[in-house]
Amino acid sequence: MSEAWLLVLLTLDATVRVAAPLILASMAGLFSERSGVIDIGLEGKMLAGAFAAAATAAVTGSAWVGLLVAVLVSCSLALLHGVACITYRGNQVVSGVAINVMVAGLTVVLGIAWFDQGGQTPALANAARFAPIELPFAEALRGVPVLGSLYYELISGHNVLVYAALAAVPATWWVVFRTRFGLRLRAVGETPAAVDTAGISVEWLRYRAVLVTGALCGVAGAYLSTAQSAGFVRDMTAGKGYIALAALIFGKWRPVPAFLACLLFGFLDAAATRLQGVELPGIGQAPVALIQALPYALTVILLAGFIGKAIAPKAIGVPYVKER
Amino acid sequence: MSRDLPRWIDVGLIPAVNILLAFLVAGAVVLIAGENPLDALSVLVTGAFGYDEAIGYTLYYATNLVFTGLAVAVAFHAGLFNIGGEGQAYIGGLGAGLVALSLDAWVPGWALIPLAIAASGLFGAAWAFLPGWLQAHRGSHVVITTIMFNFLASALMVHLMVNVLIQPGQMSPESREIAGTAWMPFVHEMLAAVGITVARSPLNLSIAWAGLACVFVWLLIYRTRWGYAIRTVGHNEAAAVYAGIDPKRVVVVTMCISGALAGFVGVNEILGVQHRLLLNFTAGYGFTGIAVALMGRAHPVGIVLASLLFGALYQGGTELDFEFDNITRDMVVVIQGLVILFSGALAYMLNPLALRLWRRMQREDAA
Repeated sequence: MSEAWLLVLLTLDATVRVAAPLILASMAGLFSERSGVIDIGLEGKMLAGAFAAAATAAVTGSAWVGLLVAVLVSCSLALLHGVACITYRGNQVVSGVAINVMVAGLTVVLGIAWFDQGGQTPALANAARFAPIELPFAEALRGVPVLGSLYYELISGHNVLVYAALAAVPATWWVVFRTRFGLRLRAVGETPAAVDTAGISVEWLRYRAVLVTGALCGVAGAYLSTAQSAGFVRDMTAGKGYIALAALIFGKWRPVPAFLACLLFGFLDAAATRLQGVELPGIGQAPVALIQALPYALTVILLAGFIGKAIAPKAIGVPYVKER
Repeated sequence: MSRDLPRWIDVGLIPAVNILLAFLVAGAVVLIAGENPLDALSVLVTGAFGYDEAIGYTLYYATNLVFTGLAVAVAFHAGLFNIGGEGQAYIGGLGAGLVALSLDAWVPGWALIPLAIAASGLFGAAWAFLPGWLQAHRGSHVVITTIMFNFLASALMVHLMVNVLIQPGQMSPESREIAGTAWMPFVHEMLAAVGITVARSPLNLSIAWAGLACVFVWLLIYRTRWGYAIRTVGHNEAAAVYAGIDPKRVVVVTMCISGALAGFVGVNEILGVQHRLLLNFTAGYGFTGIAVALMGRAHPVGIVLASLLFGALYQGGTELDFEFDNITRDMVVVIQGLVILFSGALAYMLNPLALRLWRRMQREDAA
């Protein structure tokens, strides 16, 4: 097995690890935005989920209970977003910003009040985290050229939430494009009046959509604090919610392209980390900060309509008023 | 719906109740954190206004918030949501810093300071121009593009500070110090020159510039043809077209004005206080500007009041760190989020209730 091949595998492996929360959050956003509710608050819900998961896991010693609480907390924030945007027809962007700012403060305030460690949660023991799962025969097949190492390094050895993130993509696709709920979800994001005329509650549909968003964001948050790292640190999402949103737009609000965008953005991040301090021939020091900015630049270029056109769901951002 | 409510309820009472609700919830958070909310409030107030150094700091924070609040407000009037104040402030500071650093050896202060101020406005405007242009001509939503531009600004600054502008032979990514002639004069020094002694604080002449900016925005929005065009586009784009207004131009120009206002944070921070280029000097002022604009109802007078309140919270918040074990200045971020929630997202929550109560009161009066 050559060094280069192993390097490729390890970079791809890192890509999957970095991309997993992006994928979860991106699929989360897809539900809300497809139903016509803009969600700037992916970041905040993830951050709240990360804090809730780590805090609960630290107290109970169980990553699964942590995951459950993360989902509950993130769902209640999603409900708040729903109440503001669906029931009271508030500005959806403002509501999302409010959630992000509020959570950024709350996680630190509560973290300090409860754990007294400068806003961090106590470091989690391995038992209170999601451990890597060795897939069957990974060790035995390791010696097989190319495929064996691919299986061992890249496919096996992730924690359960990574596999959940990967499963979320086909699941999202199936729900959105192959179920009755999905059909109505897409319809309510395009022409809510038609859905209303058919006797289906626009509000209830949108509430269900934002709740799915909340649940998935909670999982993404739990991944950050109880699978990828061993505890919560302040502002640990560090813009991942916005990158996930960018990936969603980059994927034109469709599950598989959004998934690929997450992988691309994850790869850029993993590559930038690997290039830290590396001298590139002809360029000198690798411009790591600029590589990390590429996802944002690419999204702007896409939005400008230079790489195909990203067309948002038609009714996005518009509260539905039943009687005019 | 709210049309039937008298003005004093619609623009006076309901916003006040919303802010009260935000503070009540904040009080509940303090309780959950295990401290007494009233004690926290009194520490906040003393910390913000109790002695003249504190007042200086409060006004210095408020200066930044006036700039970012006005930036968000001007965009609001055109129906645009500029979340990019943070990035525009960052790049505005870069502009001020670059001009000051490159010219401070040759150009005297009286010429250099206005140049640097202009540069901060221009750089901020340039950073907002592209999202504005993309919104107007390519239909890319300005909310998303300004978010992306915040991250781009941050990456650009990291790259420039770490690789280009860093002072040779030092570890932390900071430029060399700007020559003293290009500093905005401190208020305590100016007062000392006329014989009044106040404690040292970062408060500098930028606050006068912020005051001018308020007057400028008020004149622009409410007293000029341009302001009329901006408000018309904000209310009804189709009507604007029929009135002979070009909404695309208005969107681009409004975003540039908004960006320039946010860019002036660089005047206060780089020319006024830091006196060098460094990372993260914007410290969230761009986002707080959203809360300020919402709370101030996008009116310069409201923005000044909201900036003073948030300036006081910023300054009083630092005091929380010393006085309490369980709550810190991060509590201010929570309050900020709650204000955005209650005065922004849930702004109309109370209107139906208020309307019902008002109607009942009127019926009783009539009976």
